[in-house]
Amino acid sequence: MSRKPAQHPVLSSSPSPDNREPSRQQNDGVVTSETDRLIACHDCDLLHHLPDNRTTTLLCARCGAVLRRRKPATVERSLAWITAALILFILSNSFPFLAIQSSGLVQETILLSGIHELWKQGLHGLSVLVLLTCVLVPLVQMLGLLYILTPLQFGRTPAPYAGSLYRFIQELAPWGMMEVFMVGILVALVKLGHLATIIPGISVFSFAALIFVMAAAFASLDPVLLWDHLDLRR
Amino acid sequence: MNNKLTTALQLGLINCHDCRQLVPVQQTKTRPNCPRCGARLHQRKPDSLTRTWALVLTAMILIIPANLLPITVTTTLGTKQADTILSGVIYFMQTGSWEIAAVIFIASIFVPFAKLCILIFLLLTVRFRSQWRPRDRTSLYRLTELVGRWSMVDIYVVTILVALVKLGAIADIEAGPAAVYFAAVVVTTMFAANSFDPRLIWDVLEEEV
Repeated sequence: MSRKPAQHPVLSSSPSPDNREPSRQQNDGVVTSETDRLIACHDCDLLHHLPDNRTTTLLCARCGAVLRRRKPATVERSLAWITAALILFILSNSFPFLAIQSSGLVQETILLSGIHELWKQGLHGLSVLVLLTCVLVPLVQMLGLLYILTPLQFGRTPAPYAGSLYRFIQELAPWGMMEVFMVGILVALVKLGHLATIIPGISVFSFAALIFVMAAAFASLDPVLLWDHLDLRR
Repeated sequence: MNNKLTTALQLGLINCHDCRQLVPVQQTKTRPNCPRCGARLHQRKPDSLTRTWALVLTAMILIIPANLLPITVTTTLGTKQADTILSGVIYFMQTGSWEIAAVIFIASIFVPFAKLCILIFLLLTVRFRSQWRPRDRTSLYRLTELVGRWSMVDIYVVTILVALVKLGAIADIEAGPAAVYFAAVVVTTMFAANSFDPRLIWDVLEEEV
């Protein structure tokens, strides 16, 4: 993606040199291809010019929101992190999570058995909520990003429905709560420390690593660049 | 920099909520979706204030049983003990694990109440067209959006305890009815924060000019 320098202020009506869509024409005094060089703040709607240099973080001049943050090698790095996250996810879900030992009795649990236990107690809504926020949403995010990023990495055209899928993943973002779950584990560990001996399993460690890897994956994603690749008009 | 205070609304542009593409309003009359990502376009989130009020009021009702009913029922050697969120916090304070008490108090009591207060405050200031410190109010909004999910901690603690403590007669923990109400509070406040449009805070300033 190479942008030509934006020479004109917002209301300039000069045709743009890299006019990608000639069909979109003048509109309220704004040439619409000019709008490609503008960015509006999602929190206060203020318009900004995109700077020419590519390695900057752009903050809203009025409300301080982050408008854009350039990420170097976004596709490669996110793809690497996502692959690592998937491996850790599989580990987290296949090995015992915690074991509790009390007067000779040992009880082992895997990640999914807590959800199953809630279901058995009749708290169906709650078990579905935990299943969604801790297992399904992260899984969909990981597989979805893998599906979107792999063709881009190899320079192919974006996979079918990649744009809609990425939109869905963005909408899902607040509902993936693995890091909250991790804090829950720590609290539960201390809580039960009085009652019995708790033995953390492989799963806990891979889960803890997974949180950081997922955070890194999302931090290395550049939505602006990705949307340029996934443009439905192309 | 005389165009410093130009908003997308004033120029007749819509900022796509999903991909940040700017689209002229006139174009949306024939096609209401974003040409780049296909998301439905709105100048402001539709019925933002009404929806947020509805969700905030729902959460305010749900937060009452969430705090009054027991969240866990512990059976230890035949004796049953029902704990509400607050009694759990007090128990941990008394037994010396004040860190746990602090985590649960902040995540389960302070954050949900603070979040509801902030949302009501934002709704009222927008409703009465206040021009008071819009930047700080926007920061408050961002804070509620960011922090809301952490209230789920208590739900996860209950999940883990319920799954783990199955030692028959020695100890057994069951989730109480408050767990459902509390989870509902967290979900509705997250939706409430999501349906509020912070740009409404700023719209008043432009209308005055």
